[in-house]
Amino acid sequence: MLLSFSNRLFWSAVTLLGTAVLTFFLVNAVPGDVARIIAGPKASADVIKAIHAKFHLDEPIWKRLGYHLNSLAHGDLGQSYITDQPVAEAILTRLPATAALSAIAIVLWMLLAVPLGVLTAKYNGTWFDRSVLVLATFSLSLPAFWLARMLQYWLSYKLGWFPVAGFRGFAHLLLPAGTLALLFVGYYARLIHSSMMEVLNSAYVRAARAKGASETAVLFRHGLRNAMIPVVTILGMDVAGLLGGVMFVENVFALPGIGSLAVQSVFNLDVPVIMGTVMFSAVIVVAANLVVDVLYRWIDPRIKTSA
Amino acid sequence: MANHSLSTSGAESRGWLGGVFRNRLVQVGGGLLLLLVVVALTAPLWVKVGWLRDPLQQFPSGLDDDGMPLLADGKFLAGTDNLGRDVFSRVVFGTRVSLTVGVAAMLTATVIGVVMGVVAGFRGGRLDLLLMRFTEMNMTLPAILLAVAFAGVMDGHIVHLHPGALPWHWLDVKLERGMISLFCIIGFVCWPGMVRVVRAQVLSVKEREYILASRALGASDARLIFSHILPNILPTIIITAVMLTASTIMLEAGLGYLGIGVPAPAPTWGSMITDGQPYFITAPHLVIVPGAAIVLTVLAFNLLGQGLQEVLEPKRKG
Repeated sequence: MLLSFSNRLFWSAVTLLGTAVLTFFLVNAVPGDVARIIAGPKASADVIKAIHAKFHLDEPIWKRLGYHLNSLAHGDLGQSYITDQPVAEAILTRLPATAALSAIAIVLWMLLAVPLGVLTAKYNGTWFDRSVLVLATFSLSLPAFWLARMLQYWLSYKLGWFPVAGFRGFAHLLLPAGTLALLFVGYYARLIHSSMMEVLNSAYVRAARAKGASETAVLFRHGLRNAMIPVVTILGMDVAGLLGGVMFVENVFALPGIGSLAVQSVFNLDVPVIMGTVMFSAVIVVAANLVVDVLYRWIDPRIKTSA
Repeated sequence: MANHSLSTSGAESRGWLGGVFRNRLVQVGGGLLLLLVVVALTAPLWVKVGWLRDPLQQFPSGLDDDGMPLLADGKFLAGTDNLGRDVFSRVVFGTRVSLTVGVAAMLTATVIGVVMGVVAGFRGGRLDLLLMRFTEMNMTLPAILLAVAFAGVMDGHIVHLHPGALPWHWLDVKLERGMISLFCIIGFVCWPGMVRVVRAQVLSVKEREYILASRALGASDARLIFSHILPNILPTIIITAVMLTASTIMLEAGLGYLGIGVPAPAPTWGSMITDGQPYFITAPHLVIVPGAAIVLTVLAFNLLGQGLQEVLEPKRKG
């Protein structure tokens, strides 16, 4: 269903608000004294009182929700219990590594998935198509954290083809991005396959064939260009799934990105950072959906807004 | 479209059940799954017979002279872990945890998804809009992060659902990490996909002639839904549920890996990988074996789902 752009903006805002309220209740509505977590079990009553005052912990919950939303609106995601660093700052300093990793991964898996999808659509039902299907299902079934460890062990540690871990430039991103690409290539190869199948059976492709267009022209100019429209949409919606994979891969390869931040905060039970990364991914996903929405209208001018 | 239906096995002419069992993907995926289920159910028997060791027992003979885990040998089929426990037994018993949590979470998500999808699709209008926006909102967050956020608050606190003045302590809920809270969490983050599929199916089915005829004859909404719509979309629900189980098991493994799955010492594949990581260089089997178990199980569900889709829903193949 396609909504008008202003309508979509409105629902994006509602989505973010919903996420903000949800994260607030997860952090705050749970019994147990947050001040104790911050100050530690041996803190004096005065310290606890001061922390209560600082974070408005004694006030009614709806008032605290108000404070929370207000600080979110000002870009304040709270402070880490462990390091005292503002969560927003922690996320922003880690954004470049995550963004670069994701971008390289998307390029890698698309470079693989597009030819696989087009060729399996052309040779639909053959042994080639069936083997790609099974391989794609296999790639869907790999746990990110396990695949990352395996590749790190064999390709970096044993064979020495890639740096083992850390982040000191492009080379350090190659294997992590390759891991992500392997995790997602199967899904996209199948997606492009089914999208291509639909397009290849359409009237305009038959018309193109009838007028004598070459096979390459049919597959790529008439077929792929139209088949990519739904794929781009799914790519935009899939950012959430990608972030889930990024989390584990960054952790294994010790990349200083948002994913490893999220994993660390889980290990440390650093609740503000967990909620901050949830909030941040919501913003990214909503933004990605908006971008796709605009792209969509640009790629396919037939689409008119419905509202 | 035409090519699609021609290229599929023509299941309808031979009875759909026959078509299902003739599909190679269903054979492989279903066979694998059957094997896993049998293994999971009979694992305690194996221990009694002596084919398997107790997954929790720490064997002094399971560590070498330096106190390090043993590699696979004749005695320990897949080696031992850092506490001298038998890795093979632990992986076998992990099947029980994974399948229980995965299937229970799938059922939770399926119930939520089918109810919401049917209501949204059947009622339509403003309720539909509201439910679908709510669903989209839930799709916005990475499932693993959302599950982490929920699991993070499971720290043994007790929530009193009753008013403070009343001593209704049977209403207390203890927020504790365990199998039940885990499958609820996973179920709560996995339903959106089901809602979308079910809603789309309901929308297309409810305008068909036999539904309209039944409605004209005065059938109630409940009768329309339960005896006409649900049976017709059941294949779709089954396919989606099978594929959903692949995701719920993957999520269970991921949460276990992050240390917020079923608590120790229960043998879960995810936590086995985490515990084995420090020993990876000298004892890679600690990571390889449980990981392979995850891949095998998730693959079984994915292959089965893919195969079922080809037979039962040739149009939506892909």
